[in-house]
Amino acid sequence: MEQANTEHSHGLEMDPQVEYSSSKLGMWLFLGTEIMLFGGLFAAYAIFRAKYPEMFLEQHQELNREMGAINTCILIFSSLTMAIAVTAIQKGKRMMSAILILVTLICGLGFGVVKYFEYGAKFAHHIYPDTSIFFSLYFMMTGLHMLHVFIGLIVLGVLMVLTWKGTFNEKYSTPVELGGLYWHLVDLIWIYLFPLLYLIG
Amino acid sequence: MSEHSHSEEHHVTSYKPYFIVWVILMILTAVTVYVSYLDFGTLNIVIAMVVASIKATAVALFFMHLKFEDKITWLFAIFPLVLLFLLISMTIVDTFTRITP
Repeated sequence: MEQANTEHSHGLEMDPQVEYSSSKLGMWLFLGTEIMLFGGLFAAYAIFRAKYPEMFLEQHQELNREMGAINTCILIFSSLTMAIAVTAIQKGKRMMSAILILVTLICGLGFGVVKYFEYGAKFAHHIYPDTSIFFSLYFMMTGLHMLHVFIGLIVLGVLMVLTWKGTFNEKYSTPVELGGLYWHLVDLIWIYLFPLLYLIG
Repeated sequence: MSEHSHSEEHHVTSYKPYFIVWVILMILTAVTVYVSYLDFGTLNIVIAMVVASIKATAVALFFMHLKFEDKITWLFAIFPLVLLFLLISMTIVDTFTRITP
């Protein structure tokens, strides 16, 4: 890695393989910081749950477990379509990849719509972030996750357009792969949020 | 690129494993929802977290291709989890070993 382009300070001559693996490594590092970001909230959850188990048990029943389960299915399915989209572009199947990214995007929107109705139902029952520690955590954790879904939707939108226009091919598809990693992390965090908030409380 | 290292190439998998992983994820989701209706006391959270961790591992290994990554990527993936474990375990130990007047 040291001898790779010491004289090319502009970095345009970088070995594509080096560029590929370092981009991916950088993405994993970023995902690590994301885990720590949510980690603070998971730690808060652990402490308050251990301190006030009856409050968590009682108040989590206000949450709509069916809607949570539907959203879990939506997100897992969107992860599947994104994984296939990455493989498709690596095989040079541009159209297939773009369509699958679009499906992923629609699933992400669907997740947002379900969450919108869930939040709406909470507000209708006069449940707000300041209602209790449990709901404070609920809104903060799902809200921060929702923010990630929004950012993911923007990333997916850009990737879809670029894939459609033919920016990526079997030789170069790094951004699609990195966008995919981000989307899978959003799914991964939800995999923990769903049982912690909806199922056990 | 004379020497061929496993990490130097895209690992292009076929589509089939993704569908298998997806089916497993859906089954585990069903299991987790089903178990939540039963009462095992404190075991409930243990079961839920174990199932969630199996799901998360499957997502990381197959959807995120961690299975095919090199050692340094594994290190980058595992290290935050170690920090997360320290963060949560230490704060819990701290919270419950304080003597409140």
